[in-house]
Amino acid sequence: MTEVMATTTETTVTDNTSKNDDTPTLSVIVEFTGGLEMLFSDQRRHVLSIPTTDKSGKPVTVAYLIEYLCENTMRDTRKELFILDDHLRPGILVLINDADWELEGEETYEIQNGDNILFVSTLHGG
Amino acid sequence: MPPALCGICKTQRALIKRPKNHQKLCKGCFIQIFEDEVHHTITSSQLFFRGEKVAIGASGGKDSTVLASVLKTLNERHDYGVDLVLLSIDEGIKGYRDDSLETVKRNAVQYDMPLKIVGYDQLYGWTMDQVVETIGKKGNCTYCGVFRRQALDRGAKMLGIKHVVTGHNADDVAETILMNLLRGDLPRLSRSTSIVTGSSSSEVKRSKPLKYAYEKEIVLYAHHKKLDYFSTECIYSPEAFRGSARSLIKNLERVRPSAILDVVRSGEDMARLVPGAIPDTCACNGKASFLRPTDEDNGIGGCGSTNGRTGGGEMAAMEKQLKANEAAEAAGLETEVAIIRPDYSHSRGLKSSKEEPPKSAGGVVSIATKQKLGTCEKCGYMSSQRLCQACMLLDSLNKNRPEIMI
Repeated sequence: MTEVMATTTETTVTDNTSKNDDTPTLSVIVEFTGGLEMLFSDQRRHVLSIPTTDKSGKPVTVAYLIEYLCENTMRDTRKELFILDDHLRPGILVLINDADWELEGEETYEIQNGDNILFVSTLHGG
Repeated sequence: MPPALCGICKTQRALIKRPKNHQKLCKGCFIQIFEDEVHHTITSSQLFFRGEKVAIGASGGKDSTVLASVLKTLNERHDYGVDLVLLSIDEGIKGYRDDSLETVKRNAVQYDMPLKIVGYDQLYGWTMDQVVETIGKKGNCTYCGVFRRQALDRGAKMLGIKHVVTGHNADDVAETILMNLLRGDLPRLSRSTSIVTGSSSSEVKRSKPLKYAYEKEIVLYAHHKKLDYFSTECIYSPEAFRGSARSLIKNLERVRPSAILDVVRSGEDMARLVPGAIPDTCACNGKASFLRPTDEDNGIGGCGSTNGRTGGGEMAAMEKQLKANEAAEAAGLETEVAIIRPDYSHSRGLKSSKEEPPKSAGGVVSIATKQKLGTCEKCGYMSSQRLCQACMLLDSLNKNRPEIMI
């Protein structure tokens, strides 16, 4: 019980795709398990720098992150396995710092520097 | 906004919101209540007896890994006296099953359980890769499903075990109920709701101890207990119809989380109206769970979405129990009117008719069944037809076997 998801490469991808060096950024750790890592270069753990505010100057939320992941991090073309009708696909759980995102306001949660956000698919074979 | 506190211990930070009753729990209390509820399902349905050898159908996926972990914990905590073994089926799908079998092998070490792996090639002379090579990807899930069902039974027999538990969860059961409802297959709908299936004196009994556990909670349990499981999709296309039923369930859950257990309970209620159906053995039936307190815990809403742990007192519970009994009796009376069931082309259909009547379930009337069960001419496996489903599929496969292989 020591190893979790031993089948996935445990190395971390650090992504520094902030478009503009002047934009202040937040550092977040995003993890994918339960089969979702397949959509993100078979990497479980990604360390990302994301802008602190969205286009309209509001603090970034989980909704923003989900879109950001689709545009910048996902290598797979099958976006519908992650997003359906502009929302996270039902059956994917989100844990924000280990807490169910339903306790944190779901998509409206404002991301803090250093947050750990885990996406777990429940849709894959058991 | 200060973090929410656990609804049970009131001290730790809540990390889980339970889909069935919106209760907010900390990690420790969640793990405890999840285990307590599975324990409740096991004791109220009298799934095991002391000294019984039980094979856990283990795929390396989340459900069977959680099942193995929980059963090991409960067997030790509540002294069931059950002898647990891991039983895995190797369908022979390269790049899919190899990896998950590695997970099962690690689980065997982690849980200190013996492991038996049975291959389709040794049972049927065909791996799934070879089946797909012959028939293509379309419809191969039928073969795999029929083969797997028998494979678990045969594997269990090889080990001298008469009881196989599988990791089917509430979402799986709800999904199957919906599929059978959409197909108009009421006999099968009835069987799919049973916690125990396929038992008779000589054959292998199947049960689903996680029948009332949400998939979401299974995944969270695995996460918070840091269990080692494997997740991948079968490389051959998933069953399209089941996929739609699954999406439907997940969409319903999003709007109304209790919907999953509600579908399970509705399925159980409908099952009682199906002629010849065997009422489920869980006496509490998801409604009056506090009527049968287990030896250790009182009032765990193990099987229902309606009661968390509140409960409206014993009178309400008694009323519900009486209603349930009446319903079962009504179902019993209806069978005497002998409604003709349409078609028994499925061997699975007959399997359930040989089920033993529930041993406990106070007041529930056992219903006589009319079908006779034969055995397959070729392999001796139970079947309503001359040949069992697996042998029929094998027949057609062998006719089409590529020449090189003959």
